[in-house]
Amino acid sequence: MSTALQGAGPGPTLSRSADLVIVGAGVVGAAAAYFAALAGRRVVVVDRGAIAGGTSSAGEGNLLVSDKEAGPELDLALYSQAVWREDLAEHAGLWEFEAKGGLVVAATEHSVAGLRELSVHQRASGVEVHDVGHSALHEYEPHLSKDLAGAAFYPQDAQVQPMLVVAHLLRLARGLGATVRTGTEVTGFLRSGDRVTGVRSTAGDIPAGAVLNAAGTWAGEVAALAHVAVPVRPRRGFVLVTEPMPPRTVRHKVYAAEYVGDVASSDAALQTSPVVEGTDSGTILIGASRERVGFDRTVSVPAISTLAAKAVALFPMLREVRLMRTYHGFRPYCPDHLPVIGADPRAPGLWHACGHEGAGIGLSAGTGKLIAQALTGGQPDLDLTPFAPDRFTDRTQDAEEAVS
Amino acid sequence: MPHTHDVTVVGAGPAGVAAAVEAAEAGLDVALIDAAAQPGGQYWRHFDEDRARPEDRRGHHGWPVFTGLRDRLYVLRDAGRVHYLPGHQVWLATRDDAGTFTLRVTPTVRDPEPAGPGHGGTGHDGQDPVVARALILCPGGYDRQLPFPGWDLPGAMAAGGVQALLKGHRALAGRRAVVGGTGPFLLPVASGLAHAGAQVAAVVEANATLGWLRDPVGAVSAPGKGVEAAQYAATLARHRIPYRTRTVIRAILGDGRVEAVRTVKVDREGRPAGPEREIAADLVALGWGFTPSLELPLMLGAATRQDVDGSLVVEVDDLQRSSVDGVYVAGEATGVGGAALSVSEGRLSALALAAALGRPRMDPGTNADADRNTEAAGNTDADGTTDGNTSADKSAASGAAADPAGIRRVQARIRRGRRFAAAMHRTYPVPAAWPRSLPDATVVCRCEEVTYGDLRHAHAELGATDARTLKMLARPGMGWCQGRICGYATAGIAAWLDGRRPTADDLLPLSGRTPAVPVRLGELAALAETVTADPAGP
Amino acid sequence: MTYRMTFRGTDIPAEPGQSVGAALVAAGIVDWRTTRKEGRPRGLFCGIGVCFDCLITVDGTRAERACLIPAADGMRLGDALETGDALGTGDALGASDDGRDRATHHAEEDGDAAHP
Ligand SMILES: Cc1cc2nc3c(=O)[nH]c(=O)nc-3n(C[C@H](O)[C@H](O)[C@H](O)COP(=O)(O)OP(=O)(O)OC[C@H]3O[C@@H](n4cnc5c(N)ncnc54)[C@H](O)[C@@H]3O)c2cc1C
Ligand SMILES: Cc1cc2nc3c(=O)[nH]c(=O)nc-3n(C[C@H](O)[C@H](O)[C@H](O)COP(=O)(O)OP(=O)(O)OC[C@H]3O[C@@H](n4cnc5c(N)ncnc54)[C@H](O)[C@@H]3O)c2cc1C
Ligand code: FES
Repeated sequence: MSTALQGAGPGPTLSRSADLVIVGAGVVGAAAAYFAALAGRRVVVVDRGAIAGGTSSAGEGNLLVSDKEAGPELDLALYSQAVWREDLAEHAGLWEFEAKGGLVVAATEHSVAGLRELSVHQRASGVEVHDVGHSALHEYEPHLSKDLAGAAFYPQDAQVQPMLVVAHLLRLARGLGATVRTGTEVTGFLRSGDRVTGVRSTAGDIPAGAVLNAAGTWAGEVAALAHVAVPVRPRRGFVLVTEPMPPRTVRHKVYAAEYVGDVASSDAALQTSPVVEGTDSGTILIGASRERVGFDRTVSVPAISTLAAKAVALFPMLREVRLMRTYHGFRPYCPDHLPVIGADPRAPGLWHACGHEGAGIGLSAGTGKLIAQALTGGQPDLDLTPFAPDRFTDRTQDAEEAVS
Repeated sequence: MPHTHDVTVVGAGPAGVAAAVEAAEAGLDVALIDAAAQPGGQYWRHFDEDRARPEDRRGHHGWPVFTGLRDRLYVLRDAGRVHYLPGHQVWLATRDDAGTFTLRVTPTVRDPEPAGPGHGGTGHDGQDPVVARALILCPGGYDRQLPFPGWDLPGAMAAGGVQALLKGHRALAGRRAVVGGTGPFLLPVASGLAHAGAQVAAVVEANATLGWLRDPVGAVSAPGKGVEAAQYAATLARHRIPYRTRTVIRAILGDGRVEAVRTVKVDREGRPAGPEREIAADLVALGWGFTPSLELPLMLGAATRQDVDGSLVVEVDDLQRSSVDGVYVAGEATGVGGAALSVSEGRLSALALAAALGRPRMDPGTNADADRNTEAAGNTDADGTTDGNTSADKSAASGAAADPAGIRRVQARIRRGRRFAAAMHRTYPVPAAWPRSLPDATVVCRCEEVTYGDLRHAHAELGATDARTLKMLARPGMGWCQGRICGYATAGIAAWLDGRRPTADDLLPLSGRTPAVPVRLGELAALAETVTADPAGP
Repeated sequence: MTYRMTFRGTDIPAEPGQSVGAALVAAGIVDWRTTRKEGRPRGLFCGIGVCFDCLITVDGTRAERACLIPAADGMRLGDALETGDALGTGDALGASDDGRDRATHHAEEDGDAAHP
């Protein structure tokens, strides 16, 4: 791989210019590539690694509405649900879309009350929620602990296989004329005055009408190459994978009510809430912990043991089930836990779609479609203001540092 | 707070037993953990010691070397100088900021459940961890495999597994066997089968000859190997076992179990170069060399490299030190090279560690003895002969740990062993074009039943140009064995489909595994009580 | 002395010190479970606890490695319909079916993989 182009001065130019260069072949970049190509744009996707080599292959594939409080993220999640189920309906089988539903369980009457209160607001935003009492719990999940007080069932919660989403969206985009260049690192931007007019990469310069930063957890570094700040940071998560079990041992996505609190938390300390679910390969996935430790790749005994303990508390039969594998990834998160989506007024021509934290798989479909609408000059279906790239003040960042 | 040992040795094969004995005799406080119920590893695997019969020794080379090491191990254990924990697998290895290592262990075979069958028992959760200031990892390896049609039929087994059944269980896995793959190890397997009464229909060797034993470097490096090979050749001749070189098993045939193999002559690259032939068999023993167990070194972050034979191995310096401070690695995990080399590496790692810790030898009384025995082990080749340096080494018996010359002698032996191993690997390569004629329906990943066609599809349609992406998109290596069996082959296929030779980057994504062995969630959950309480608990 | 075990009702002799898997192959039984997807038969492969092909239910405890478990007198091996993911007989798991089919793979990855 050539790295001769990192310095200043013009590098060799790839013959083919593009309307849009997308930095990052993760799920967000892939969705944007698909919708932009569908809208007739000439798209080049570049990634320094392989396709789906980043966080998109290091997490799970939950498409959740249940874990979101009313607000812009829930709106984006519901919008994405519609994109998954309508725009992308004909491809759903390719990435194993399944609306299996989520069951959010509560250990105490107190947290049941919290669940009910959350659901009032969620219903108002368009989320479907069924209240589940103690006696009905085992009809949903026969192996659940008998000690739980109640639950809420969210039929809209669904799942996909994220790596297949990435691979197929990119395949479909290629079919629409897009180019995917893996093993190609973006090392700088082509500028004309303030304007971003393309990228420089280890494979040469790629001029383009617009550049989309979809570099996930590394989006802050890419933005910095254009001298703008986008505060995306890593939040580590571990997932446990068990030995194969019979089908339907665990039927839904099951997690503890306390999880919702964790998702919205800014606490740097380790937080673990078991989200337990079965998979078609028979394995049961238990994920995921949340902690801010930079890009530390060493296995964390507190994280994985706490996940196991809480999963066993939910499903006592898991005690005897063997752990086959653990893995971890780094969620791209912003201080206010909202993604960054839209044009960057500080560097005209540069767009961002990053920082989706623990929901990027689910939110990717909507994000891709919205970005394509905005890029082609249309009015996006959803107001992008809450996701504006320049919404972060120094103060929000300072506060964030103080917590870290 | 558990006791902190000076060093924990993982694995009680040739490397691990030598390391543990040497370290303890140098005065270190040693723990030795091994998955097997008794010491010996793969090479010196033997029937239950409490029920031994004289004929169990048959086919065991260097047996006196082993019993010498074992006797010393048991003396040290009984004297409380080696905390020996057989029958336990290390499933998690961590290193804290102070450089202390904590190993979590689980019984290889669980005691019968006190609370009755099924679930509910808690008696096994929360085994005490083993803590030490340094590690010597000697996890060995297992047979390397290449997929081809029928290799997952019952009756097709790893060559080492067939050998393990013979040596460890007095069991013969079939009546009429074909042994196939490549490498000198096919010979002891064929010979073991014949001795045990099986008819060996053929040994099918992909490469050319036994000529490497005449290779000047190889022969000088390993004087005993010639004798060993001659013995095997004699056994083959006595039992009229055909040894077919430049031949591979193309397919195993059978309905629900092995009934025959189809072989074909091949050229240097492994391309078919002659008519096919069918040989009836009910047992097929398969091996393409060995490949190391890397889960523990990788879990700790040790750097790896690709060895001459194409396998990923741990990178060590001339004192067996890995890239991770305090982690020594010895034996097969640093490169496949046979039991004698493993013994030397185990010894060296212990001597180097003792020297680094500045430990003088404890009791000069037993010292001379100990050193003599160890030297014999180090010099002994697989057939038990010793090389000419023995007497010189004996005279240097006083405290090899403190004696740089002692370390240098072991180092020289290791260098010779490595040269020998490299000559062997060059003679018995995996044919470069092995995936060439694989039918799409061939199962590559036995656990998840991923076929070669699935992998080709993921490459051609989905853009999986490397092994990791293949794994993500088609699931090879995602099942029970976590890629131990198909990892090497999947890396090779990824490279083949991409038109290049496999590299360390292809092998690495299929080599790391946490936990190192499956462990019950109850055991993992039990650790939560011992670590920092978590604020978000239900 | 010889141990006696049973495998799906058949008497299996074992020499004390042998593994369950060794005793089975010595008795001419080379497979004892089937794979989840295609129902392919499986028995011993690696012989040393690495491949997990040889999983078997031992006295009601499911998915044990036959090549590692020492034979014992009176052991009950296997169950009627053993697949790679079957549970021991009499286990409450897997007994229910509310008629809804599921056929979805799921995302899972090995984050141990090296990444730039
Ligand atoms: C444990 C865990 C569990 C999760 N579970 C879920 C879940 O259930 N549901 C859900 O919706 N989300 C989940 N997530 C979150 C989700 O995985 C992420 O939000 C999502 O994958 C982010 O996608 P992305 O495309 O933005 O980033 P990535 O997939 O990381 O893609 C970014 C790409 O940019 C490339 N790149 C970076 N810098 C450069 C450069 N300079 N040049 C070229 N390329 C570059 C990288 O190589 C990478 O491939 C989980 C995350 C984790 C860690
Ligand atoms: C099945 C098999 C049979 C073989 N038979 C022969 C033969 O007959 N002749 C021959 O020349 N060579 C044989 N070999 C090659 C042989 O492995 C080497 O020559 C030699 O045994 C290597 O010694 P070692 O100490 O490096 O590793 P090994 O002998 O493999 O010893 C490693 C030990 O570490 C243990 N271990 C590994 N991981 C863990 C863990 N996580 N926790 C606890 N313990 C662990 C293993 O159980 C094993 O006991 C065989 C190899 C295999 C795989
Ligand atoms: S035969 Fe491979 S694990 Fe038992």
